Amino acid sequence: MQPAIRINEVRKCYGTLQALDGVCLEIMPGEIFGLLGPNGAGKTTLISVVAGLARADSGSIEVMGADVIVEYRRARRMLGVVPQELVFDPFFSVRETLEIQSGYFGIRKNGAWIDEILHNLDLTSKADDNMRSLSGGMKRRVLVAQAMVHKPPVIVLDEPTAGVDVELRQSLWKFMRSLNREGHTIVLTTHYLEEAELLCNRIGMLKAGKVVALDSTKNLLENFSGLYLKLRVDCTELPADESFHVVSRDVDLFTLRLEDFQQLERVLAGLRRAGVAIREFELQPPDLEEVFVRIMNRH
Amino acid sequence: MTIFLTLLHKEFLRFWKVAFQTVAAPILTSILYLVIFSNALDSRVVIYENVSYGAFLVPGLVMMSVLQNAFANSSSSIIQSKVTGNIVFMLLPPISYIEFFGAYVLASVARGLTVGSGVFLATVWFVDLQISAPLWAVAFAILGSANLGALGLIAGIWAEKFDQLAAFQNFVILPLTFLSGVFYSLKSLPPVWQTLSHFNPFFYVIDGFRFGFFGASDAAPAVSLAVVGTSFVVLSAATLLLLKSGYKLRH
Repeated sequence: MQPAIRINEVRKCYGTLQALDGVCLEIMPGEIFGLLGPNGAGKTTLISVVAGLARADSGSIEVMGADVIVEYRRARRMLGVVPQELVFDPFFSVRETLEIQSGYFGIRKNGAWIDEILHNLDLTSKADDNMRSLSGGMKRRVLVAQAMVHKPPVIVLDEPTAGVDVELRQSLWKFMRSLNREGHTIVLTTHYLEEAELLCNRIGMLKAGKVVALDSTKNLLENFSGLYLKLRVDCTELPADESFHVVSRDVDLFTLRLEDFQQLERVLAGLRRAGVAIREFELQPPDLEEVFVRIMNRH
Repeated sequence: MTIFLTLLHKEFLRFWKVAFQTVAAPILTSILYLVIFSNALDSRVVIYENVSYGAFLVPGLVMMSVLQNAFANSSSSIIQSKVTGNIVFMLLPPISYIEFFGAYVLASVARGLTVGSGVFLATVWFVDLQISAPLWAVAFAILGSANLGALGLIAGIWAEKFDQLAAFQNFVILPLTFLSGVFYSLKSLPPVWQTLSHFNPFFYVIDGFRFGFFGASDAAPAVSLAVVGTSFVVLSAATLLLLKSGYKLRH
């Protein structure tokens, strides 16, 4: 199957900074792909190169089989990008903005689809309002709508939920899922790892311009198996024991890292033997945040 | 064609939506120039026989407005889009550099001609003006505004902040326009300044445009047309190269 996005050995420098250092990545049609990494890892640069906003120093990129340089017109028609910054043109209303954006993609009469996008993003009542008068959240919705006007098979969202309230975040998640169900490939960068864990089938992690992890969300979580045991006990010190490792402590609340469930019984038995009484007890599986931190620390 | 027409329409709307600032204000400024200068100098300055100074001034003021507004249109549009970041909406779609160039320059021509027509209609009532060769006047108005539209694009692409664009406007465009013969004939200058003025391309635009009214000019109109036409070819080539390379637009 042809990848929705194929990134091959892409390098990009800004002066002495190596923003992308030989990135290879394939994102398949129908995926919700999460691109994670700390600030300055190269996520936005990678998106910019895919979208043609920046030019790679070397390597190649294809969107639905179209090279982003050689066949830039076809590649850009296949791609919808929601930029990270909250940018807008203050001269126009929401509807005018979307009509103009449609025209930029060669679509003249796009009223029915624009109405549908406005409805799906809860923007219908704001259609004739000037962009300046909208709240930050509403402007963010318009950015998503602008990326959708030409019904691109691949949609890239660069931190779409940064700085938005819970309600909008959830409505954006719902919208992204519905787009994905309709067959759109979604590429998402985010700092909210909970969001990536919830939405993405597959995750790529970037650090210093290199891909340091690339796997399904399920595999990433399983490969970094382990459990966290939170205990509130009747003392402020736990007995020294090689069977567990204390990750953090807050007075009488201890967080222990366990390798597996079998270790749980050994820890509890050891505490009983030492005469430690357990007041509260909570077992947590590892989350993507933990996986992320461990991968970033490893590289 | 839809892509090009949309970009052109958007650029046209952009200045038309703020027509008080982009059209009405320069017309008022030109009326003030005419009233003040013609009252002060009408009886003292004679350039062509049977042509009052006020009548001589009108074509110059019209063309000055055409040039300054054509430059302002493309340059301010680009710099605003760059500074606010909304240029991304034009960089993400499949707009070719030729469509980009064509739309911005044509919109500049449209604004230049709109303001120029407005200045002409507002000032023509104050003076007794003939139009002896209207086609020459139209040709110079279109080519002049296209030149400045392209130059505005170059300035807008080069500038990274409003301050730099204002410097370009105040230290390049304004002196070249004022020293091009808007308010005087070259023949009234000392020989050295006459020679230097021939290196100012704006002089040929205004002189050729004035020929369309009076049938008389400092330089032969065909020479002026050739200079202005060549200038447009050079500026267009430079602008297209910048747009194609993505200079200061795509990293």
